Parts: sequence; C-alpha cells; structure tokens
Amino acid sequence: MSEVQISACPACVAAPAAEEAAHARDVRDTRFVLSLPAIYCAACISGVERELTKQPGVRAARVNLTLKRAQIEADEDVSVDTLIGALTRAGYEAYELDAGAISATETDKKGRAILTRIAVSGFAMMNVMLLSIAVWSGASDVTRDMFHWISAAIALPAIAYAAQPFFGSAWTALKAKRLNMDVPISLAILLAGGMSLFETMESGRHAYFDAALSLTFFLLAGRYLDYRTRSVARSAAEELAALEVPRATLADGTVVSITDLAKGALVRVVPGARVPVDGIVVEGASELDRSLLTGESLPVEAGVDTIVSAGEVNLTGPLVVKVTAAGEDSSLHRMADLVAMAETSRNKYTSLADRAAQIYAPAVHLLALFAFVGWMIGTGDVRHSLNIAVAVLIITCPCALGLAVPAVTTAASGRLFRSGMLIKSATALERLAEVDTVVFDKTGTLTEGKPELSNLREIPPHARGVAMALAAGSAHPLSAALYDATRAADVIPANVTNIREVPGQGVEGELNGEPVRLGRATWLGAEALSQTATYLKIGEETPVAFAFVDHLRDGAAEAVAALKRQGKDVVLLSGDAPAAVADIAQRIGIEAWDAECLPETKALRVGELTRSGRKVLMVGDGLNDTAALAAAHVSISPASALEATRVVSDMVLLGKTLAPLGEATQVAVSATKRIKENFNIATLYNLIAVPIALAGFATPLAAALAMSFSSITVSLNALRLRGKP
Amino acid sequence: MNVLVYLIPISIFLGGLGLAGFFWSIRSRQYDDPDGDANRILTGDYDDHPKP
Repeated sequence: MSEVQISACPACVAAPAAEEAAHARDVRDTRFVLSLPAIYCAACISGVERELTKQPGVRAARVNLTLKRAQIEADEDVSVDTLIGALTRAGYEAYELDAGAISATETDKKGRAILTRIAVSGFAMMNVMLLSIAVWSGASDVTRDMFHWISAAIALPAIAYAAQPFFGSAWTALKAKRLNMDVPISLAILLAGGMSLFETMESGRHAYFDAALSLTFFLLAGRYLDYRTRSVARSAAEELAALEVPRATLADGTVVSITDLAKGALVRVVPGARVPVDGIVVEGASELDRSLLTGESLPVEAGVDTIVSAGEVNLTGPLVVKVTAAGEDSSLHRMADLVAMAETSRNKYTSLADRAAQIYAPAVHLLALFAFVGWMIGTGDVRHSLNIAVAVLIITCPCALGLAVPAVTTAASGRLFRSGMLIKSATALERLAEVDTVVFDKTGTLTEGKPELSNLREIPPHARGVAMALAAGSAHPLSAALYDATRAADVIPANVTNIREVPGQGVEGELNGEPVRLGRATWLGAEALSQTATYLKIGEETPVAFAFVDHLRDGAAEAVAALKRQGKDVVLLSGDAPAAVADIAQRIGIEAWDAECLPETKALRVGELTRSGRKVLMVGDGLNDTAALAAAHVSISPASALEATRVVSDMVLLGKTLAPLGEATQVAVSATKRIKENFNIATLYNLIAVPIALAGFATPLAAALAMSFSSITVSLNALRLRGKP
Repeated sequence: MNVLVYLIPISIFLGGLGLAGFFWSIRSRQYDDPDGDANRILTGDYDDHPKP
C-alpha cells in the first residue's frame, strides 16, 4: 500500500507540469489534420489552439494559417468527432482531413529544395554582379581577367547546382523529341556560361556570368511561385478526397470493405448512415434522403422490396439491404463513365502560357540561329557570331512567361483562397474568365439541403411544446429542424412520456394519458400539404401541420445578384419537384429554371448551351450534377459535396458560404487581363531589345539591365491583383 | 589595388554567412506558415510570461 503511494506521488506532482509543457511544444507526431476554412486572424489561431488543447487526450495542436489547417497530436482514444464538435461549438468551422493522404513532408521537401536553389543562385548572382560592376565601370587587363576568373569560380558551380530543374526538364522534352520552355532557357544558360568561360580564358572583354545567374534566379522564383500555388491546391484536394471511407456493415455486425462484398450479401444500414451499395431492402422500414443522387429535397419512404442506390442516406429506421451491385458496378461508379466522357472534351483546353510557349520556343531558337548564321556570313568570325547569338538568347529571356504568369496566378489564387475558394485546375482561372452563363444546382448548392420550419407562428402555443418534446426523440432531419426552431423560440417542452419512434412513420408518445403523434400525413390521417411538412395530432384534435422550407445557403442570394450584375445569365437546374424549385428560384431571383431534371438531362442542357456558343460555369454538389460539372466549361462545388463531385470540379468552395463566387469571376477576369498585359509588355521589350542584340550592340551591362527591368515590370504588374480589382 | 586581395574574400565570406543563415531558416521550417507567423506576433498569449 505504502509502496504504491510512494511511487505514485512524484508522478502526480509532475503530471500537470508535463502536460503544460506538452501543449506548448510543436506537433511532432500528427494524428489528425483538420481543415479550418473560416479562420483568418490572430485571434482565430489562439482560439482554435486553446480549444483543441483543452480537450482531454490532446497532447499538442498547431494551426497553419497559410494552409488553413490544424495539426493535432493526440492519444489513441481521442476521436476526431469530439474535436470537431468542440471547435464547432466554439464557432470554428472544421472538417476532418485524412492525415495519411497528406504527403505534407514530401511536398515540403520539394518546396525547400527549390528555395535552396533560389538562395544559391541569388547569392552567386549578387557576388558576380558586384564584380561585374567593377568590370563595367572600367577595370581592364589583368584586373578584369582576375574578376572574370573569380566570377567563373562562383558562377559555374552555382549554375551547375541551381539550374538543374531546367536542365532536367529540357532533357526530358528533348528525349521525347519535343520543345518546351526549358529548352531555350537551358540553352541560354549553358551557352552563356560556356561562352563566358571561353572569353575569360582568352582574356576577352565580355562575360555573361551575371546574366546566366540572374536568368536562373528569376526563373527559379517563377517556378517556386508556381509550385506553391499548385501544392496548396493539390494537397487540399487530396485531403478532401480522403473524407469518405468505403466500408459496409454486414447483417451479423462485421465490418468489411466494399470491394469484398459479393452479390446477395446482406448489409445493415443504421439510421443516419449512407447506403454503401446498390440493393433491395429485405427487412425494416425507413425513409431515405436521395438528395445527393437526384436532388429531391423530400425524403422517400422505404420498406421491404424498395430498390436503394449507393449514396442515399438512411434517415429513420435500420434497414437490411441485399446487395445487387457493389463497388465498381454500383450506380455511384456508373456515373463515372459519364464523367470520363465529358472530361476528355475539356482537357483540350490549352492555357495562355502554353499557347505562348508553343510560339516562343521555336521563335527564339530560330532567331539565335539566324543571328549566328547572319554574322558568320558577314564577318566569318565564329567567336563574335557566337557571342551575338548568346546575347540574343539572353535578351529574349522568357521572364514574362516563366515569372509573370506564375506571379499572376499566385496572386489571384492566393486572394481567392483567403476568401475561401480553392483552385484545383491550373487553367481554371482562365476558363472562369470566359464564362457568360452560370448554371446552379438547387439542393445542397443554393440551399443547404436542410429543412427550416417556416410556420411556427401559426401553430397554437400548446401544440408547440408537445411537438418539441416529440421531436427531441427522433433523429429525422425534420424533427431536428423542428426541435432547433422551437428551442430558438424559447418554447418549453411539454411533459410527454413513453416516447417511441415508429420507423418510417414518425414519433408517438403520451401526454396526460392521451396519445400524441408527430409524423407523416398518412399515418395521422391528415390532409397532406403540397410542400415538405410534418404533422402533429394531439388526442382527437385535428392534426396541425408544420411546414418546412429548404434553408438557403449563406451568400447564395448575394452570389446570384453579383453574377447578374456582371451580366451573366443564371440558370437553375434541379432534380427536385417543380413547386420547391419555383419557390427557391423566386426567393433568390433566378428567372430561368427547370425542375425534375435527370442527371443526363442536366449534362445535356449544359451541352446544348455549350454548342450554342455559351461558356458555362456549373455549380453543383450532388452526384446527379457530376456529369454536368464535367461537361461545363468550368465547374465549382462546395466542400460538402461528394468525393466524385469534388474530383471533377475545377474549384472547391471551402467554407459554407457561396458569396466568393461573385468575387471569383471578377478576379479571374482581371487575372487573365494581367497575363495578357504582361505578354504585351514582354513583346514590346523584345521588339526594342532584340534588334539591338542582333546588330551586335548589346553589352553584358545592357543585357543585365534589360532583363532585370522586364522581370520587375511584369512582377509588379502581377502584384496589382492583390489589392481590390 | 592590393586591398582587393582582402576585400573580395571578405565580401564572399560575408555573403556566404547570409546564405548559411538562409539554409538554416529553411531547415528549421520557418517558411511553412508565413501568414500564421505574421499573425501570431499579435496574440497576447505569452505577454505575461515566456512560452514554456
């Protein structure tokens, strides 16, 4: 006894201090990663970290504001749901990300490698530039040669190390007998380095070491920006894709992977779970939410022999489903075929930068060759002709392509990321800029797919309390909405006893010995309304109807208004019933709408619009929108959408609100405008500088000045995007 | 001009120090969350006592 006390005491004294220290240290062994789309400030960082470390079992938590996510180190028994719950209660939106799918360390390594190369080339560039200035300002003979030799000693190893990404990419392209941007870049760097070394050995007057280094430096900077933009988008897309785990529970309670399921197997689907397979109900009664598959907002009744599809959500009672198709054969996967077809048409889009590069690379080679051949014929001096060819290659530095385009896309996507929008596709911004028609889905996109009680004021006061008490006993979405609405109105629940859920029908109980029921119209013998509603019957009184409307998503009305202000046509295509669609269209201000659309119809309508010359932006979340999303010129889906839907979308809205849509189209237009402006600036500068180089008047000083000026001009022009458009 | 014999190595050495410092900052992951670092200095969490 005493022995136990002795050994326990020092531990319990030490424990709180150890815990304190643990909270403050950095996260080393990440167990959970959460996406926090709505955080933006210092208070959010410490709020989230404090809230997380307060949870029992959490050893450390660290927020990354740049990536808008939190890394958490926790004990084995901590569940991610409690952490998300705690954050939600504290007012921070949070989603789980699969820590395994995030190759964060891997991508970081690549980013750090580019940064290291930038540092080496920058260091070498500055030192060589100092020596070059001495040469340009008149150092001659032995001094000049010595400076050239020192420059060579710094520049050649630095180039060999820092310019490797260009050499590698150029070599791959050449092996495949293609020309890409890196071929002229590598040629310019190698020729400039080699020619300068030769000139140094021959004690020549001109060396281009500084130009070769600054070319490397500027283009590496562009490459880093490009990498950053892509890695943020790619990693976030990867993580979101990891949200769903394809598993099924068999009737005997064992959990198996969907791929191991055979036809005829019996699968149990508990209330609140997603149906994992296609099949037929063999046991149980319930209601199904089909909104993700069809866009219907009303739950559908399900009983024995009802055919169910993967992706539907079981709402009220447990069901046992006999599998008719699983995994690859299920309706979820059939949708993928439609998507694959539509995708091929879109992949044909070539970005502005690629189109420019296709003209640029051959043009530069021809120009340099032309300069060399011309001067050879004119003077017969190989050394002089080669020097002029090198000057031409350096002067035509593709900084507008290599630095300006990444700078514009980084600025634009950074701005959109801050307002909660993630760009997955590299060409999405350019395509978004061309959009003139916007097609919306209704359920889950314009609305939250969550019912909202609309007629609480018309309900007699005594019925409110009874309904609240009954609703508290059910997980059905209508019950949950009813409970939330009554609680928000400070209704006091009546003392209803013996509350019991009747699967597929509703909830019943007793109030002072009288039976009370809340549920379907047919169950209560009430007259059904034309909209979503649930009914309450107290004893023998006439049933009271509680009507619901679909809750509009935050920012939906603003987004539609903003798009219309920008002169775009807005269309609403929904799989839901006409009355519900008309109601939403009217509330949100959309004139053109269509109801009861099948997935194929949606894709067809988008296809028709495209053929009539429209550039369509499709915004949708359901599986029934997937084909349409893939068929559209550019597509956006909310983070709450199914995995398949997010995969085909070019952009993902990270937060709950639709408001960034209006801004996104504007930013896209100004980004494309900046890219084109930068091409014009670069062309203008080449028009002036290239003839000078061809004529043989270009000195290393002129080349350095011209290159730096053009790089800085295009970068500054790109950065204008960061402010207001 | 003999002064160059000292000055050039010194300037390259000083530049090298800067380069080494930059390598260290990359290694210790100081560029992983620039936005976060910019905001963290604004919190009052460790104003009264140093971070343990």
